Amino acid sequence: MAERSEEVKLLGMWASPFSRRVEIALTLKGLPYEFSEQDIANKSPLLLQSNPVHKMIPVLLHNGKPISESLVILEYIDDTWQHNQILPQDPYDKAIARFWARFVDEQIYVTAMKVVGKVGEERDAAVEATRDLLKLMEKELVGKDFLGGESLGFVDIVATLVAFWLMRTEEVVGVKVVPVEMFPEIHRWVKNLLDVDVIKKCIPPEGEHLNYIRARMDSLKLKSV
Amino acid sequence: MNQEEQVQVLGLWGSPFSKRVEMVLKLKGIPYEYIEEDVYVQKSPRLLKLNPIHKKVPVLVHQGKSIAESLVIVEYIEDTWTTSYPMLPHDPYERSMARFWAKYADDKVMLTLWKACWGPESEREKMVEEAYDGLKYLEEELGDKQFFGGETIGLVDIAADFIAYWFGIAQEASGVMIMTAERFPKLQRWSQNFVRNNIIKEVLPPKEKLMALFKAQFGNNASNEA
Repeated sequence: MAERSEEVKLLGMWASPFSRRVEIALTLKGLPYEFSEQDIANKSPLLLQSNPVHKMIPVLLHNGKPISESLVILEYIDDTWQHNQILPQDPYDKAIARFWARFVDEQIYVTAMKVVGKVGEERDAAVEATRDLLKLMEKELVGKDFLGGESLGFVDIVATLVAFWLMRTEEVVGVKVVPVEMFPEIHRWVKNLLDVDVIKKCIPPEGEHLNYIRARMDSLKLKSV
Repeated sequence: MNQEEQVQVLGLWGSPFSKRVEMVLKLKGIPYEYIEEDVYVQKSPRLLKLNPIHKKVPVLVHQGKSIAESLVIVEYIEDTWTTSYPMLPHDPYERSMARFWAKYADDKVMLTLWKACWGPESEREKMVEEAYDGLKYLEEELGDKQFFGGETIGLVDIAADFIAYWFGIAQEASGVMIMTAERFPKLQRWSQNFVRNNIIKEVLPPKEKLMALFKAQFGNNASNEA
């Protein structure tokens, strides 16, 4: 519902879960936006100027004004375009959603990165630690179609990191971090996500994505030799 | 006040995270019951029940439901008690800026300051450089405002409480001087405004107790005479 022309631009990266979650939010709200693929190895002047503190994607530019940090961006989108709310309205439910979003980014993500980044015993320990965290998410999904309840919400959008990044690295790493026997609810949730048009549209295409993950892992191995 | 309305805070006397919650409740004039949880000695069954995931303080209990994570709690308080002492601006863009800087102070700056004071000697120089960088951005963001929130204390000030109070004491205890008045005059002025605020000063833990705690837990790094 724009009174004047609304210019929304996203500085992002096709394979980044943090960038993709912003695209999901914009798409859920039906907001047209310009996507600008950023080269992280060779950062553009616009990126450096828009996010001088972290020099990272994603950055949302709304009428030229930059917002950085994916969770901050998601809340900004919800605050600014109030139809199709992503966060729950009730303050307590909102707090729980914020809690879980942080849990995904600060706990699951950090621990899961070690699965990719380490080898041998250290990797095994990282797998165990990741599973312990995922068990909590598994519990949350009992009796629910989505983490947000009956429909996709803030936490689901943030947790696509688990569904389409962590779980995809399994193929490349050769370790079943999230086996279906241990995590039936999470697997069911991923299927539910894939039934949502916006999700299908906004996640990186699997083939290309797996190639990308493989290539990144190989270059990491080369670096550690 | 009936049971439903009652607010409880499970906290730790010396924790900047715990104090954030108390500061906001007091600024908004919300009465609460404070329960000290000595997490280092023994985590009580109550704490384990109310924050089973992280088993940490602070935890806020309101209308029988519990919330963990200090900045999540602060936003909950803001969302629930909407008429007094707003911690966030109304404008969505300004809100996003406040959340950005609160996260920056909480995630990045606090950690680098801590590491600079007490990290391994081999990493000291690098950590101090990172600490300077972190503080430099906050110094710029603060500018000539009285508080990060403008004329009143806001989310960013609360998130940066460690920098305003605890850090000065940590510097004294460790002997590592980073946030000096010469390098960071605005942050220095701000920290004084913050700790002298009538409400904030009632909440802050006593300096001598914190000093003793820091010295005991972490020992001394730089050699300095008494």
